Amino acid sequence: MVRRARAVRLTLHPGVSRRVNEVFSITVLSLEVSGLATILSLLVGLPLGTVLALGRFRGRAALLSVINTGMGLPPVVVGLAIAMLLWRSGPLGDLRLIYTPWAIILAQWVIAAPVVTGLTAVALQQLDPRLQLQLLGLGASVPHMVLALWREARLPLIAALIAGFGSVISEVGASMMVGGNIRGQTRVLTTAIVLETGKGEFERALALGGLLLLLTFLINLALTLIQQRGARQRGRT
Amino acid sequence: MIEIRDLVVRRDGRAVLTIDRLRIERGEVLAVLGPNGAGKTTLLLVLARLLAPERGRVTFQSPTGPITSDLEHRRRISVVMQDPLLLDRSVFDNVAAGLRFRHLAPDVVRRRTEAWLAKLSITHLKDRPGLKLSGGEAQRVALARAFVLEPELLLLDEPFSSLDAGTRQALSAELKRLLAETHTTTVFITHDPAEVRDLATRSLWLDDGRLVSHPA
Repeated sequence: MVRRARAVRLTLHPGVSRRVNEVFSITVLSLEVSGLATILSLLVGLPLGTVLALGRFRGRAALLSVINTGMGLPPVVVGLAIAMLLWRSGPLGDLRLIYTPWAIILAQWVIAAPVVTGLTAVALQQLDPRLQLQLLGLGASVPHMVLALWREARLPLIAALIAGFGSVISEVGASMMVGGNIRGQTRVLTTAIVLETGKGEFERALALGGLLLLLTFLINLALTLIQQRGARQRGRT
Repeated sequence: MIEIRDLVVRRDGRAVLTIDRLRIERGEVLAVLGPNGAGKTTLLLVLARLLAPERGRVTFQSPTGPITSDLEHRRRISVVMQDPLLLDRSVFDNVAAGLRFRHLAPDVVRRRTEAWLAKLSITHLKDRPGLKLSGGEAQRVALARAFVLEPELLLLDEPFSSLDAGTRQALSAELKRLLAETHTTTVFITHDPAEVRDLATRSLWLDDGRLVSHPA
C-alpha cells in the first residue's frame, strides 16, 4: 500500500513540474500512513477501551491511568523509543524497518492507540450502567451487548476516531526520528514543512501547511457529518 | 418451575440476600414487597442470572429441557426494569431487539413485533425514536419488548413507579390483561398495595435480605 503510494505519478500536461508530483506523493503517503495508523489504533483501542469501561478486574484503575497518561505522550519521546527499538543494533533491528513508512506507522500507532482507547472507555462509561443488565436480560450474548453499547455510544466513538487521526496527521517529531524524512520514501507533509522551513523556503512551507490543514479539515468534516447525521437522527421526533 | 435453595448474596462482605428456599410455580404472579434496600432487586437479578450468588443455586425447570448456560437461562426470561432503558433506535427496533438477539428470521421478527406493538396500542409509535417518548409510552414499549419474547418467566422491577398515578393505573390494568391472556409466570417488585391486589396470586415480604413471610 505504502509502496504504491510512492509510485503514484500524475500524468499531467507537459508544463506541470516534477515538484507537483512530489507534493502529490508526499500527500498520499501522509494520508496512507496516518490513516493506517488510525485504523490499527482503532482495532486495539476499541476492544481495550471496552474492556476498561465494562470490566471489573484487579489493576483496572492503574491501566486506565497508564492509558490516560499515554493520551498525552510527546511524539518525540515515542519517536525516540521506536527508533531505539528499530535501530540496526536494537531488539527489532533485524526487521530493517527504521527509516521506512512502516516505522512511522508504528510510531503513530503508539501515539493514537491510547487516545482511541481512553476516549472509547469514556464514551462507554457515560452510558447508563443498567443498560448492560437490560440487554443481557433481553437475551443478548456478551458480543451482542457490546455491539449494542458501541451503537449507543457511536457519536463519542466517532469523536475518538477524529481525535486519534488528528493526533497523528499533525505530528512531526516521531515521523522525523523514525522515518528520517527521506525524499520519495518517508517524507510526509509535516516533515516536508520542517525541511522547507529549515531551508528558509517559507512560501513552500506555508503552501504545504495549508494543504495539510485542508486535508485534515476535509477528513474531519466527513467524519463530523457522519457523526452529526447520527445526532440528528437521535434528535428527530 | 423455578426454585432457589440455600442462597447467599454478599456485597462488600455483608450478606444482602439470604433465602433458604423459594419455589415459584408455573403461572404464578408473585409480588415481592419490602422496604428500600431489602434485597428485592438483588433477588430479581439473581433470578435472571444477572448476578451470581456467593452460595446456593437457582434451578429453572423448563418444559423444553434442561438449561445449561446463563445465556440459555436468560433467553427464556424477560426483564423489565424500573426505567425503560430504551435503545437509541426506533420503537420497532427496540421491541424487536430481543428477537434479533435470538437470531430469529426477519419475517418472524416483523410479525411478532407488529403483533405486540398492536397489543400494547403503540403501533402508531413504531417509527418514533425510543428516546423521544413520554414515560408512559416508553414503559409500554418496554412491556412490548419483554412480552414479544414469549418468556417462560417475566421479571418486573417496579416498572410503573416513576409514572404518574393515572398512567400507572392504566398500565397496571394493561399488564393484568396481558398476564391473564398469556399466563406468563411473573415475579414483580412493587411498593403499591393496589398492584399486589390487582395482579398478584401470591406475595412475599423481604426485609434486610431475608424472606419474612411467604405463604406456602
